[in-house]
Amino acid sequence: MLKQAMKKIGFGLLLLLTAPQVFAEIRWNFPEPVTPMALDTLHVHNKFMLIVAVIFVVVLAIMIYSLIKHRKSAGHQAVVDKAPSTATEIFWTLIPFVILLVIDFVIMGIPAYHSVVMMEDTKNESDMMIKITGSQWRWQYEYIGNTDKGNQNGLVDAKGIKFTSTLSTPQDQVNGTVPPVDDPKSPYLLDVDNRLVLPVGAKVRILMTSTDVLHNWWVPQFGSSRVAVPGFIRETWVQVDKAGTYRGQCKELCGKGHGYMPVVVDALPKAEYAAWVDLKQKEITAQAAGADKEWSKDELIAQGKAVYDKNCAVCHQVSGAGLPPAFPALTGSKIATSPIFDASGKYLPDSHLDRVLNGIRVMPAWKALLNDTEIAAVITYERNALGNSVGDVLQPAQVKAARQ
Amino acid sequence: MSTTTVAHHDEHTDHPTGIMRWLTTTNHKDIGTMYLTFSLIMFLVGGSMILGIRAELFQPGLQLIKPDFFNQLIGVHALIMIFAALMPAATGFANWMLPLQIGAPDMALPRLNNWGFWLLPPSAILLTLPFTLALFGIGDGALATGWTFYPPLSIQGGIGVDFAIFAVHLLGISSVLGSINIIVTLFNMRAPGMTLMKMPMFAWGWLITAFLLIATIPVLAGAVTMLLTDRHFGTHFFDAAGGGDPIMFQHLFWFFGHPEVYILLLPVWGFIPQILQTFSRKPMYGYKAQVYSLWAIGAMSVVVWAHHFFTAGMPVPALLYFMYSTMAISLPLAVLFFCWIKTMWRGSMSFETPMLFTVGWIILFGIGGLTGLVLADVAADAQYHNSYFVVAHFHYTLFAGGIMGIMAGVYYWLPKMTGHMYNEKLGQLHFWLTAISFNLTFIPQFFLGLAGMPRRIPDYALQFAEFNMVSSISAFVLGLSQLIFVYNIISTVKGGQKATDQVWEGAEGLEWTLSSPPPYHSFTEQPIIK
Repeated sequence: MLKQAMKKIGFGLLLLLTAPQVFAEIRWNFPEPVTPMALDTLHVHNKFMLIVAVIFVVVLAIMIYSLIKHRKSAGHQAVVDKAPSTATEIFWTLIPFVILLVIDFVIMGIPAYHSVVMMEDTKNESDMMIKITGSQWRWQYEYIGNTDKGNQNGLVDAKGIKFTSTLSTPQDQVNGTVPPVDDPKSPYLLDVDNRLVLPVGAKVRILMTSTDVLHNWWVPQFGSSRVAVPGFIRETWVQVDKAGTYRGQCKELCGKGHGYMPVVVDALPKAEYAAWVDLKQKEITAQAAGADKEWSKDELIAQGKAVYDKNCAVCHQVSGAGLPPAFPALTGSKIATSPIFDASGKYLPDSHLDRVLNGIRVMPAWKALLNDTEIAAVITYERNALGNSVGDVLQPAQVKAARQ
Repeated sequence: MSTTTVAHHDEHTDHPTGIMRWLTTTNHKDIGTMYLTFSLIMFLVGGSMILGIRAELFQPGLQLIKPDFFNQLIGVHALIMIFAALMPAATGFANWMLPLQIGAPDMALPRLNNWGFWLLPPSAILLTLPFTLALFGIGDGALATGWTFYPPLSIQGGIGVDFAIFAVHLLGISSVLGSINIIVTLFNMRAPGMTLMKMPMFAWGWLITAFLLIATIPVLAGAVTMLLTDRHFGTHFFDAAGGGDPIMFQHLFWFFGHPEVYILLLPVWGFIPQILQTFSRKPMYGYKAQVYSLWAIGAMSVVVWAHHFFTAGMPVPALLYFMYSTMAISLPLAVLFFCWIKTMWRGSMSFETPMLFTVGWIILFGIGGLTGLVLADVAADAQYHNSYFVVAHFHYTLFAGGIMGIMAGVYYWLPKMTGHMYNEKLGQLHFWLTAISFNLTFIPQFFLGLAGMPRRIPDYALQFAEFNMVSSISAFVLGLSQLIFVYNIISTVKGGQKATDQVWEGAEGLEWTLSSPPPYHSFTEQPIIK
């Protein structure tokens, strides 16, 4: 154990000393800003850091001079201080106080005032609105639609598009069973299945809420960060001025998956954005049709496994063994093996479907996060895999009916 | 000042010996010793927890600690360091030194004092018991919400949260009792002739701390009780579905939490000038200015709380108010810095371990203070908030500004308390190792925060790997260096070169007029201050 640790440390030091390309990645300041707010924040930060660095160096220099000159071993005799008494002396003593007053409330205070006003102005001149909902441990994005200004600017309206965005790093890497893979296309812990897509140059008003605990939606290159509070709407805005992919993370401790709910945003030029909106809207139509058709058991199990691994395995584990007592096992669980519907075809309270749709305590209410097909598939999967073999099939149409 | 009056019947005091002495004692020196010992033990416990965290963060990927256990360790580390290491250390010094410094025979309320201490071990057990219970399959471990208890996460949590709530209640009662005792002692038991404006600075620091504790601990107790009833008795203080608001908890918590920072620091600001004047061989500069600044900081500390959660959403006027009021604290703090440096200026300095720690303390706490000034800016705070930048900032204020200050105090007063000189070479080695490894641990964390690494994550993206590795290695050096401290204390208690009564050439004040160690009962006749 110790030997292994020593090996790791030794290897680490070696890596530090021998690999100059490693240093090339190191950042000493904020990442490149791509929104007006991030740019402003960077300026504010640089200016303030410079000011405090100057204060620090000047004070430190005075102190070090004293530490060297006024030593007993250098033969310095202590002098007797007297309090400033004459007007001139008091004036000079007050100088540092006044300098600090000016730094605090003029040099730092005035730009800070303008930044705050700009940060909080979410409504004026906005082109479109989206709603971001945080849940343990994923983000849900919903396009509310364009404002009048957005329509005037010829922005294609993405109203109605809605999807969930979940960590896409493979579970075995996340669990630590295999070491993290350095993949620039899908960076470790910073990639998701469905990215938020925003048009370049549009001011996007963001409404934010949560379904369970506090979360914080943060992309460092956007300079905006806001807590998602369950039961309340909070607001912020972004205007991405440069096309590209931007990554961030949840920044408010939200449970054991806190480190595993990244934010990934694709900022696309207007034409590409329009194409994406078109594609997404077609998908929605296809999905609505999928919910009405009859699915085979194998189809459902195949899709269910994908849904399960992405959403459920974090707590209930890939094998279905769970992490008792907080996260019960699904293998052999009473809920996952007892009937879903009563004789009249209504779903039973505390049945498998009830638990997945509505959640309980730490278990999220998935009706807000998954569509009918996904819920039908994952329930069918859980009942016919993970060591269970109930044998029944839940159809998307039944889930759709249960929602009403 | 005046002469000592040491009663000679002290040689055969009638206190029990052995273990019963420590269990039943109401003597301020014994209780002070117990506080300090408890603090040192909990410092090592809290430190080991964070070394577990740093080992996990040594490189990307999950190796040693599962995420839920990770979350438990960070929260309990903070609670232990704040409530069970730093606060008891300051109270220990208060018990030991305040009666000696003001020429009183003991604390005013000795039995209350005893009770105040004996509430601490049970609360430490409450904090850490859930870890053990989880091993036996009871509950799912300690609180996993961070030390701030934010709902709704804390409402979702397991029994660890309840344990922590009761631990905080006990710790709070202990602090309030200690504060009452200190206020009563300082107001009633000063030696004749010692007016308030002649009180030693350490007494001033503690007097303001005590008032802050009495003002804010009940608010914390109320907030966590509301949390408890939300968890178990169907109330909805912090649940929007029942008309409550999760953010209200943050307001209540930080109404306590921000003054708490000054509660931890004010006692240190009290004795730091005393150490400075001793080793500069020159009276402290600007006694009155320092006292007024301490009062100003104490008063301002209760009206700036919301800067801890700017990103939670607030109206613009509230953001501006909390930003400007926070910046305003830099003014009295700057006066203190000015006075500290002016005390050294044109003195006749020597650099024994307490002075080394004090000088290092001024520089490092200065970094903590200046980064705090930058953090007050609402716009930039959106980036810093809950990133490693903040982690680095508050370790500069609480490890450098708090714990390194306490260490200066330990080296300063240990010869007085034990009657022996500590090993100076080991003390200096301890200082240099601590100062260097501390900086190498936390400077990388400033850059991690700027690069965008959030705090409280068990695993991180590959771009953060290098700084984390440096930080982890340094953290282990920092942790191991503290063993030198422990060894030095133990060997000083056991024996060593005899200390003189004055101990330090430049030391002035009533405590230095007594023998080293002072008699079990001191100042049974109060000295007269001219």
